[in-house]
Amino acid sequence: MKWSDAHISEVLVIGAGLAGERVAIEAALNGHEVTILSLVPPRRSHSTAAQGGMQASLGNVAMGYGDNPDIHFEDTVKGSDWGCDQEVARLFVELAPVAVRQMSHWGVPWSRVVAGKKTLPDGTEIEDLAEKAGLIAQRQFGGTAKWRTCFAADGTGHVLQYAMDSVVTKLGVTIHDRMEAIRLIHNGQTCYGAVALCLRTGTLRPYLAKAVVIATGGYGRIYGTSTNAVINEGTGMGLALDTGVVPLGNMEAVQFHPTGIVPANILVTEGCRGDGGYLLDKNLHRFMLDYEPVKKEVASRDVVSRWMLHHIHRGFGVDSPYGPHLWLDIRHLGAEHICTNLREVQTICKNFLGCDPTESLIAVRPTQHYSMGGVRTNRDGGAYGLKGLFAAGEAACWDLHGFNRLGGNSLAETIVAGMVVGEKVADFAREQSLSFPFALVVEAVAAQQQRLDDLRSHLGGSEDVFALRRRMEETLLDKVGIFRTGPALTEAVATLEDLYQRAANLRLRSSGIGPNPELFAALRLPGMLRLALCISQGALQRTESRGSHYREDYPKRDDENWLTRTLAYWPPGAEMPELKYEPVNITTLPPGSRGYGEMAITGD
Amino acid sequence: MAERLLTFDIFRYNPATPEIPPRMQEFQLEETVGMSLFIALNRIREEQDPSLMFDFVCRAAVCGSCGMLINGRPGLACKTLTQDLGEKITLMPLPVFKLVGDLSVDTGVWFRYLNVRTEAWIHTDQVFDPKGLEERMDNPTAHRIYEAERCIECGCCIGACATANMREDFIGAAFLNRIARFLIDPRDERPAAHIFEVVGTDEGVFGCIGLMACDDLCPMEIPLQGQLAYVRRKMALVALRGK
Repeated sequence: MKWSDAHISEVLVIGAGLAGERVAIEAALNGHEVTILSLVPPRRSHSTAAQGGMQASLGNVAMGYGDNPDIHFEDTVKGSDWGCDQEVARLFVELAPVAVRQMSHWGVPWSRVVAGKKTLPDGTEIEDLAEKAGLIAQRQFGGTAKWRTCFAADGTGHVLQYAMDSVVTKLGVTIHDRMEAIRLIHNGQTCYGAVALCLRTGTLRPYLAKAVVIATGGYGRIYGTSTNAVINEGTGMGLALDTGVVPLGNMEAVQFHPTGIVPANILVTEGCRGDGGYLLDKNLHRFMLDYEPVKKEVASRDVVSRWMLHHIHRGFGVDSPYGPHLWLDIRHLGAEHICTNLREVQTICKNFLGCDPTESLIAVRPTQHYSMGGVRTNRDGGAYGLKGLFAAGEAACWDLHGFNRLGGNSLAETIVAGMVVGEKVADFAREQSLSFPFALVVEAVAAQQQRLDDLRSHLGGSEDVFALRRRMEETLLDKVGIFRTGPALTEAVATLEDLYQRAANLRLRSSGIGPNPELFAALRLPGMLRLALCISQGALQRTESRGSHYREDYPKRDDENWLTRTLAYWPPGAEMPELKYEPVNITTLPPGSRGYGEMAITGD
Repeated sequence: MAERLLTFDIFRYNPATPEIPPRMQEFQLEETVGMSLFIALNRIREEQDPSLMFDFVCRAAVCGSCGMLINGRPGLACKTLTQDLGEKITLMPLPVFKLVGDLSVDTGVWFRYLNVRTEAWIHTDQVFDPKGLEERMDNPTAHRIYEAERCIECGCCIGACATANMREDFIGAAFLNRIARFLIDPRDERPAAHIFEVVGTDEGVFGCIGLMACDDLCPMEIPLQGQLAYVRRKMALVALRGK
């Protein structure tokens, strides 16, 4: 390693999605020199794929009149099945309206309120008042008492990311894309930066900073079948876990979205159901009326996904070469509505299903979508266990979502957390002076160089990276999905443990020279398996059902024993995670009824 | 569907091994129902040559990562289905952009440079008031901005552009559309004359030679021809009237 290769800044942000860029902006506005590392150009981040919208209690539309942060708070806590940190949720709901309006100031073309009388698909007559005309429009999403989700047609994530990145560009923040952080540089107490791998050349470079922020999104790809982008491999969570001192929170809380299309596993937005779409079975029966007479298709995602899979298990799925699925029907919303507010849905259906949703049904099935768990942080976004390390967005367990996230709360979280954590990062960096233990940096780079050299020398080993990876994906999908049982989880843990040991003996089939995708996959696999083990072991140990974590052998929520957050550590050299637990912070809303998902799931 | 054996003829070059010159390499694959180039390329990588370089991110045609020349035409690989192609499929990297390796090109740096050069952000003297309401906008205006904002910076219009292939400094349809986006937006307070400084030249709106491949090939179906005409007319007016 040459010292001239080292890149030094005050704040290093890993990940250039909405959360990472919002943190970077806050730090830059506070006068800090900021560098962002990203696997891809920022505008290709997975944040751009979010279609539906961003929750904030503006109360601008007829069905949202009277909305306020208190109601948003209550919806969020109920949605989380009382797993979230209520102080964080309170902070979040107060700031979400500011975040939405600031994004408007930065150029987001939010859809706007059009005054007048309207008839909803169910026949309800409403009137949007003239005094609200031109303010930011809002639509219905699942698990909410009011229409609260701000949107820009159905490309909300895209326009948010483009506006955010335009501010990053304006402020002159340094972006190094195609750069992957593969190891944090730390001494067990303080984080000094990261060793990064250049995905253009396959070479290493140390990045040093006063504060390091992990904002790398979720890990959906370890499930293989996921709505997530192919870059969502949980690399940032892996970085934190690898330190041995930073825990991951609630990794067993995995969200399955009700409407991934079959077979492409691409998401169509919750806005389809929020705007009045139906879920139908093979007899074209609207089955959600049977299970959720009140919330129908717009109960929370965990509940709707569970009922869908249950209904399929009862034999009401539509058979296809790709397994059984159900139908999403939006035809009755009308071509005009679909061509504007659900336009990307129409495009996705045309491109990947060859059908037009104004005339045809859409084949859907619950699909892995979101990780409520992540790098456990305090309210300021500071990671447990390591000074100078922060996390924000889906990569973090801040813990806004508990055991189930509401639709529209993730876009909102990325930006609100970016504001809050960005400010704390800026304060932290202001008080620190730059100093680095040179030996530690040299050692960290050398250790990673050794991993690269070993793989490129093809010495020893016999395991194929793609084969092991596929086995991991199948195991999680089959045994750590929507319905979980003790025996299946035990098998999953055993299989993953075996795969983890075998992943120490990889052998590349190609040279591994230059920007080699097999080498990159090999470097990532052990970290992905560690995450898979944290998820599976956490799910096995949690003998209750809460939010998205549903145990058929323990179908009830157990507040007496499990009003806790799982903390998974990976001690150096360990073969399994070490689980600890901490109490969940309840401030104003004690555990009670969610108002949906309460009918017992029983066979026929 | 009859089972076909597909032949992929793929451009190969790894800059880390310059002693091996650029070449075309053939791979064969049995077609499956609904196979996209995303599925095909990943299968080739996993089953035949794990060193094959290409870029995908969202695989849902919203991120713009996978632009390449498919049988000579720029397009997004993720939404291209093999059933719409013949048995022999030629894949080349997009021209104009710097090659990373094989089918992977560096669009990120190119687009970032032009976002800086065209100052593609809202210019305003208004200060954000965290306690105030949002500024109002009528919904049709919001939709018109959204229409232009739908560009995903995939680079297909640039790879397809005769001018961009001939002159390095041409900003291309992607950025003429981006200029239109800010001209439409009432929040952007830049005078048109300021924008003329940036694009009223041969590197900008007057460099287009009108072949319109950009309009034909835009994967987002943005009406680039109309956007270009809009910017051109605005700029011509500025030139004539000086405002």
